[in-house]
Amino acid sequence: MSSSPVLNAREPSGPIEKRWEDYKFHTKLVNPANKRKYDILVVGSGLAGAAAAATLGELGYNVRCFCYQDSPRRAHSIAAQGGINAAKNYQNDGDSIHRLFYDTVKGGDFRARESNVHRLAEISVNIIDQAVAQGVPFGREYGGLLDNRSFGGTQVSRTFYARGQTGQQLLIGAYQALEKMVHAGNVKMHPRTEMLDLVVIDGVARGIVTRDLVSGKIETHLGHAVVLATGGYSNVFFLSTNAMGCNTTAIWRAYKRGAFFANPCYTQIHPTCIPVKGDYQSKLTLMSESLRNIGRVWSPARTGDKRAALQIPEAERDYFLERKYPSFGNLVPRDVASRNAKHAFDDGRGAEGMEAVYLDFRDAIARDGKPAIEAKYGNLFQMYEKITAEDPYSVPMKIYPAPHYTMGGLWVDYSLMSTIPGLFVAGEANFSDHGANRLGASALMQGLADGYFVLPQTIGGYLASGGLNKVSTDHPQAQQTQRDVEAQLEKLLGKRGGETIDSFHRRLGRIMWNQCGMARNREGLLGAIEDIRALRERYWATVSVTGSQGSLNQVLERAGRVADFLELGELMCRDALTREESCGGHFREEHQTAGGEAQRDDERFCHVAAWQYQGDEATPNRHIEPLSFESVKLVQRSYE
Amino acid sequence: MNLTLHVWRQADRRSGGAFATYEARDISEHMSFLEMLDVVNEGLEARGEAPIAFDHDCREGICGACSLQINGVPHGPDKGTTTCQLHMRSFRDGDTLVIEPFRAKPFPVLRDLVVDRGAFDRIIEAGGYISVRTGQAQDANSTPVNKQDADEAFSYAACIGCGACVAACKNASASLFTAAKISHLGLLPQGQPERHQRVLSMVAQMDLEGFGSCTNQYECEAACPKEISVSAIARMNRDFVVASLRGR
Ligand SMILES: Cc1cc2nc3c(=O)[nH]c(=O)nc-3n(C[C@H](O)[C@H](O)[C@H](O)COP(=O)(O)OP(=O)(O)OC[C@H]3O[C@@H](n4cnc5c(N)ncnc54)[C@H](O)[C@@H]3O)c2cc1C
Ligand code: SF4
Ligand code: FES
Repeated sequence: MSSSPVLNAREPSGPIEKRWEDYKFHTKLVNPANKRKYDILVVGSGLAGAAAAATLGELGYNVRCFCYQDSPRRAHSIAAQGGINAAKNYQNDGDSIHRLFYDTVKGGDFRARESNVHRLAEISVNIIDQAVAQGVPFGREYGGLLDNRSFGGTQVSRTFYARGQTGQQLLIGAYQALEKMVHAGNVKMHPRTEMLDLVVIDGVARGIVTRDLVSGKIETHLGHAVVLATGGYSNVFFLSTNAMGCNTTAIWRAYKRGAFFANPCYTQIHPTCIPVKGDYQSKLTLMSESLRNIGRVWSPARTGDKRAALQIPEAERDYFLERKYPSFGNLVPRDVASRNAKHAFDDGRGAEGMEAVYLDFRDAIARDGKPAIEAKYGNLFQMYEKITAEDPYSVPMKIYPAPHYTMGGLWVDYSLMSTIPGLFVAGEANFSDHGANRLGASALMQGLADGYFVLPQTIGGYLASGGLNKVSTDHPQAQQTQRDVEAQLEKLLGKRGGETIDSFHRRLGRIMWNQCGMARNREGLLGAIEDIRALRERYWATVSVTGSQGSLNQVLERAGRVADFLELGELMCRDALTREESCGGHFREEHQTAGGEAQRDDERFCHVAAWQYQGDEATPNRHIEPLSFESVKLVQRSYE
Repeated sequence: MNLTLHVWRQADRRSGGAFATYEARDISEHMSFLEMLDVVNEGLEARGEAPIAFDHDCREGICGACSLQINGVPHGPDKGTTTCQLHMRSFRDGDTLVIEPFRAKPFPVLRDLVVDRGAFDRIIEAGGYISVRTGQAQDANSTPVNKQDADEAFSYAACIGCGACVAACKNASASLFTAAKISHLGLLPQGQPERHQRVLSMVAQMDLEGFGSCTNQYECEAACPKEISVSAIARMNRDFVVASLRGR
């Protein structure tokens, strides 16, 4: 295991505050008149993809944008609730670009690349300006200025929000900018179109193969650069807070074409989700972290206490986050909050004996009054009530951790280019900025930073360096890739084994949740790898895939996605197994402090692990990118 | 509980469709409506039959993908609720449910319960935005916005583009959807420069797509899962008159 020469992040050098400026200054530019000669394929229309496609279109490039939903406005980003961070310091509470940078590096447990994170913090302020100018109706104070709330892992109020619908409003802003470019003819939108493979010609990404989800038509699209902004892979757990269609297919197939996959085991289990109710359950619902601004987390103090919340007197409640982390209290980062909820349950102190703890608003309602709470959080309370039929204004919410976000993703350098030249990766799909744990309200920030501000610069630089020949769909490599896609679809459609796709997905999810979830250990991970391999073999032997290729066939869509999850799950376990330390959301039981906190091993693991595909049943190669910390000091993370 | 479902099945855009009957057995009242359909579908899949196609994604009432007309009502019986947020406790053991796609000419059926709502994207494309070059915006706090206006703009911006308003309207009018966007942007200072052009272009596109006209029945408001107020339509009409008089 040595540092690999291919993993060069190509960061600019010099003072960290100057690196992005410097990079932009030294990047070659594409002559305005030439831009329309370049075709850029953007896969994904979430915050990262829509922002990138809109901005690249505005610059004059010829853009094609793809998404699997019927409209780009429905990308999973729409569901983000709580808010978006920015170092505006509008509250005058001591915030700064440096503090946002520092909080993010620390929140990620020192496993992110400093230069990228600093750039993100710098850009954060422009994002808010951009969004407001587009008409995003952020929450405001009575004086007409923008309001903020607090999120976990920080001690300032820097989170901008639009009630509990921040993602919706930001995405609609980006979507509208995108539609404007569609109108201008600079972007061609391909909704209900799924990318099934990447076309690599002479080692360079030159296109994608797609399936039209209505007609079944398979098509090859070629261009000068490909952007994957296809979101995260939490649905490997089957139950997660992600939308039903979220998948790993685009990045997984790019991985199989040579893009390295970084830190696949870094997943975020979000502490405040509505607990699982039954076997039929298809997804889990998040209750935004912003609720920890006003809600207090507690569990019964006594093991085996199964009384209903309102029957437990104050003295017999354990406000465990406030007790253990007095300076951050309920606003510790997600990984810490989740682990502590798990401890309470493992200890026999779950709410009513269930896999749940309480999130209680009694004190906030007494202090601020119900109308004030309703104005800021009403839609979340309503969502909770619709699902559980309980009124959270009078009874504490029951919450439990659930898979929510994946920090891992395709490895990218400073310009967001993967190990395949010409393949750029943005938003949740890349691994870049959050290290081993993402802070709340930072994903929206990163997606929009990548899409509006980083990619339009870096792709320009890539294209301006020239050297791209003209290619056509007759190229043998393009034709072979399309044939591979057709062959896989055919193989799936021949399956009549009688077992449903979801039954496999559920079984995979259970393995992942038990062995590669909130706590992991060597033995469990080794077992999980065996179990996943066996499950995968069984999948190809006994799954049933009904319907035909040439029509709208949701079974076939799911069949391909679950096939990919069955491979990804193994890689996640392998990554978790080899990272013999705990950091952020990756908690190896063998490596914890006396207080039960994650114990890093900076000597051996202060690096990014990036995996290189070697063949379906072969063990992939593990490469590393060493991380060095110059601007912040590497310390044991503490929120006490 | 057990239910009888009459579900619209249609192979593709060009084929005719028909109702098929299914039994949904052992349904828990805690299931969402779509989870109930998942159970029916898993049964069909296991028997080698094609499951019922329907649009869905977020399953929390925000993406606008889910549709369905349940016993004739877009998004079913609960007020202010999308189909995906509807739970089976709203129904009773032994109920018979008729499940259809959203019915409106500008929303052709693609398969079973899946319709094409691309017309909505084209209405936005026609002018449902504020033009601002990336990176050129001034500081976000340099233009204060009266909180009341901001909150009202938000209430219109909450539209999820689901199309229930169209499906509920006997004229298949898209007025509520279009007016919600016009009102959202028109209430903000940032939206003023393009205000007149916007309403003219969007209304023209709405007509071009074949949506009917609004005859003030307000079925749209009743069906809207986000409870968008029909006052949006009055705003749109006022803006339209002013913009037309100005001749641009
Ligand atoms: C419930 C919830 C609440 C959240 N709240 C917050 C919050 O308050 N603050 C915050 O910062 N973050 C939040 N997050 C995280 C954040 O929303 C996401 O990380 C972020 O929106 C991801 O954006 P994206 O652009 O990378 O991808 P997505 O929005 O997931 O978009 C992916 C796009 O790729 C397309 N796509 C995927 N696969 C394919 C394929 N094979 N072919 C073609 N197209 C494809 C999809 O159609 C879609 O357009 C939340 C997440 C969840 C689940
Ligand atoms: S106005 Fe209401 S019903 Fe119409 S598309 Fe918007 S959210 Fe749906
Ligand atoms: S599935 Fe997203 S609103 Fe219903």
